[in-house]
Amino acid sequence: MNDVIIYAVVSLSAIGIAAAIILYFVAQKFKVVEDPRIDEVEDILPSANCGGCGYAGCRAFAENLVKQGTLEGFYCPVGGAEVMSEIADLLGLEVEVKEPQVAVIRCNGSRTNAPKKINYDGPATCAFAHNLYSGESGCPYGCLGLGDCVAACEFGAMYMDEKTGLPVVIEEKCVACGACVRACPRGIIELRNKGKKSRRIFVSCINEEKGGPAKKNCSVACIGCGKCEKVCEFDAITIKNNLAYIDYEKCKLCRKCVEVCPTNAIHEINFPPRKPRPAKVAEKPKEPVSTETKS
Amino acid sequence: MDKLLTISGSPHIHADESVKKIMYSVIYALIPAMLVSLYFFGLDALRVIAVSVIACVVVEYLIQKYLIKGDLTINDGSAIVTGVLLAFNVPSNLPTWIIIVGAVVAIGIAKMAFGGLGKNPFNPALVGRVFLLISFPVQMTSWPVPKPLFAKALTDAVTGPTPLGALKDELKKGDTVQQIMDHGIKFIENGKEVVYHIPSYMDSFFGDMGGSLGEMSAIALLIGAAYMLFKKVITWEIPTAYIGSVVIFTGILWLIDPSHYINPVYHLLFGGLILGAFFMATDMVSSPMTRMGMIVFGLGCGIITVVIRLWGGYPEGVSFAILIMNAFVPLINQSFKPVRFGKVEKKK
Amino acid sequence: MKTFKLGGVHPPENKFSSGAAIEKLPLPKRAFIPVTQHLGAPAALVVNRGDEVKTGQLIAKSSGFISANIHSPVTGKVFKVDNVMDVSGYKRKALIIDVAEDDWEEGIDTSDDIVREITLTKEQIIERMAEMGIVGLGGATFPTHVKMMVPKGKTAEYLIINGVECEPYLTSDHRLMLEKGEEILIGATILMKALGVEKAMVGIENNKPDAIEHLSKLAKEFKGITVHALKVKYPQGGEKQLIKALTGREVPSGKLPIETGCVVDNVGTAYAVYEAVQKNKPLIERVVTVTGHAAKQPSNFLARVGTPIAQLIEHAGGMPEDLGKVIGGGPMMGKALMNTEVPVVKGTSGILLMQKEESKRVAVKNCIRCSRCVGVCPMGLEPFLLAQLVEHQLWERTENEKVMDCIECGSCQYTCPSGRPLLDYIRLGKFKVGQIIRSRGKK
Repeated sequence: MNDVIIYAVVSLSAIGIAAAIILYFVAQKFKVVEDPRIDEVEDILPSANCGGCGYAGCRAFAENLVKQGTLEGFYCPVGGAEVMSEIADLLGLEVEVKEPQVAVIRCNGSRTNAPKKINYDGPATCAFAHNLYSGESGCPYGCLGLGDCVAACEFGAMYMDEKTGLPVVIEEKCVACGACVRACPRGIIELRNKGKKSRRIFVSCINEEKGGPAKKNCSVACIGCGKCEKVCEFDAITIKNNLAYIDYEKCKLCRKCVEVCPTNAIHEINFPPRKPRPAKVAEKPKEPVSTETKS
Repeated sequence: MDKLLTISGSPHIHADESVKKIMYSVIYALIPAMLVSLYFFGLDALRVIAVSVIACVVVEYLIQKYLIKGDLTINDGSAIVTGVLLAFNVPSNLPTWIIIVGAVVAIGIAKMAFGGLGKNPFNPALVGRVFLLISFPVQMTSWPVPKPLFAKALTDAVTGPTPLGALKDELKKGDTVQQIMDHGIKFIENGKEVVYHIPSYMDSFFGDMGGSLGEMSAIALLIGAAYMLFKKVITWEIPTAYIGSVVIFTGILWLIDPSHYINPVYHLLFGGLILGAFFMATDMVSSPMTRMGMIVFGLGCGIITVVIRLWGGYPEGVSFAILIMNAFVPLINQSFKPVRFGKVEKKK
Repeated sequence: MKTFKLGGVHPPENKFSSGAAIEKLPLPKRAFIPVTQHLGAPAALVVNRGDEVKTGQLIAKSSGFISANIHSPVTGKVFKVDNVMDVSGYKRKALIIDVAEDDWEEGIDTSDDIVREITLTKEQIIERMAEMGIVGLGGATFPTHVKMMVPKGKTAEYLIINGVECEPYLTSDHRLMLEKGEEILIGATILMKALGVEKAMVGIENNKPDAIEHLSKLAKEFKGITVHALKVKYPQGGEKQLIKALTGREVPSGKLPIETGCVVDNVGTAYAVYEAVQKNKPLIERVVTVTGHAAKQPSNFLARVGTPIAQLIEHAGGMPEDLGKVIGGGPMMGKALMNTEVPVVKGTSGILLMQKEESKRVAVKNCIRCSRCVGVCPMGLEPFLLAQLVEHQLWERTENEKVMDCIECGSCQYTCPSGRPLLDYIRLGKFKVGQIIRSRGKK
């Protein structure tokens, strides 16, 4: 009986020692020397691995940042200024202040504004539909409504509105990682500065067709008439290829352009309701513009 | 009606094919074997098949309706196929409640837990069968002696061994194959001595032997298999490789030592090889996708089957062999790619 | 009987219009001529709004190595240059001409007399093809003169004339072979001269016995041209499959057919070459089949480029009430059209009208891994795997699984019992991987 116990103990110990020796040499051979600061930076990062910074996840961001040694070109949209200043403190670097941004959907071609002209029958991915045809409404710039952006969002900050057929950004959840911007084959989504009190004014259309064909497909298309450009006192609006664009850096949120737009293509968000003016009643867009404020 | 045109990518036509059609073809192909089992086992066979099919369909329905809350797919017939195959793999005197347990395991664990039809890595009917075989070894291996409907029973015995099981036990005792063939196997049942004779080729070809419901009649199964091949539900690769490798492997051993290894024809006819090779190894979901892969899969099944039969703990190895090879399918799919058109030879 | 080995399917042929002789379609009131009717760079317009143009006059000039001239198919006044919906599903630049009459440019022989003697030299022939805007009429619309320029270090051995027409429903090539057989063979001889080859093979599927017989009889008088009957199997009309079927050679992955010493041209192209070289006639009209279960009177028309397809449908018995889908091309590879205002272009081989019921796709179910898609793929790919990889956006693996080899024949999706949109995903994968490869090339 004792023999058995002794054999067992001896053989197990021998195996253990042999394994330990092998492990030791393997560990030595495959040892990777790494800057310990990479781990520290990674700890600070939100580890959402969204790729919003342009790197393949938080680890890659940390590695490249530590390697470069400056913060230039590095920004974590999820963590924002807070996280970046923390990293700066850790590495003893200067941080550049960047305004928080939010994703904005620049299409209002809802089912009523841009009625269906053809039925699409195929896989629910915008990337494929974009290669196949110009869209159910016929607008070659408009939202295809198949939700690639929603699928790309890692933060649950988007959903498809069943009624309009358009995606909606939930502002509170959006971290401006830009995944939706990259996912949209038509480039409808843009990251814009959040602005004071989250107030924003933007042209909700990216159609570069001439006025006639654009309006034929969608009643709220920008027709490039230039009224907004003239009325803007801050030089914030430019018209290019029959399309108005509002520069969010220059816009002072005066809302004059919203009033003059003949197709209600310019949207204002999170503004208090206007005082009713007797002369103009129909200044509000046909569709409630609150597509983006979901609070 | 909608006046709008439709737009979609090409192709704009679709073959007259569906999952449902494939599954029903398999069911039709199983009918001859089903009739044979009814002939030999009578109402007992009917009971086992009915319970198994109904249990499988009900389990799938309940899981889809209340657990997954997805689309119902019981119409596509895949649960019926699983049910029939499960019934074919159990003895005809199996208690009803054990069959239901088997159905729950087959559909609930082997199929639906992985996400339903198309996602299961293992053949559901076989998982159910193996589960029962391990959990209820006594009930699963007491084989009633077939009693043809209109003929007198050949022996007085109520239950008997399967040929392969009997042979394996006797060979272990040291007898040679020839002795067993000549004298039969003696065993005691209800205090009486009964002699069990290894069935002749003809008997086993038509199914007059002990065994699971569906595995007995080679001819009935072959008719079904021919139908499936004709309908292109299965392809020739897996059955050929499987049966071929079993015959060659056992044939070599038999040629070396015919007194201790039985004739390959017996290996072919006994132990559900034909049922397994044509109906279960060819299960689309759990078999490889490419021609080379299928041949490798068949060879693997064959070799494992023979190894289990000759040197393993069980007399019959088909179920285990197929399940083991099922586990290798992803690897096989990775390693064996189809012959690409215009393959460029690498010059490096 | 010869055929290609790997994969293939056999969809119901439904060649309703094979008995209908080619009818000349009247001119449209207004012609819409897209500047992109071929593979490659769009042609550059050489006429302006308000200009008067004659039939056969050059209106847009080739603007690159791979590009083609476009000629006016009608006589009239340029109404305007605008964006017009075309087969791509997008509005693209096109010339709109108000049609007045049919007054041909001088020097064009519009008679039906057959000119057999080839007077031009090899270089002159290629130049003439480029001048007359000849492109491949089988569907890919690759400029023919570019195909004729065999790259250095390669030699052409065979000219293959593609009369397979493996697409179900379509009969335009079939009718052309029956009615213009001799012209096609003269065209083939011209192509042989341009390529400098001695041998030409005409491949025809044996569901067109009349065409095989007709061309075989005619071919006896032409040196070096042989006619071969092929077993009916889709996609035999694919360049690579046809070369394999006729010569047994395989075009290496990622390479052009010239690697095997073969150049493939459609029978329609051969006819257009004949007209361009012997009759000085630019490519401004082609045979278009209008067919389908919804078509009231399946027909074959000789239609001018720029004719809205609504007019073709009108002439084929009128617009059906039960119209569910309009397809430019055949049912396997054709493109669904946005509306019936899309004009006929050089690559339009047919208009397929589908009923509401048949235009719906079958419901998509789980993949049951039946491996039929692998079995039917003529390129030896694994469509189920490619579709899966694309769905998960694994572009690198998609590329390694040879997605770029896919010829988009649609056999996989056609045969899938679960009705999965395999080709849709593979096409998306080809697009994405193509982008990645191009961006790699730039670096």
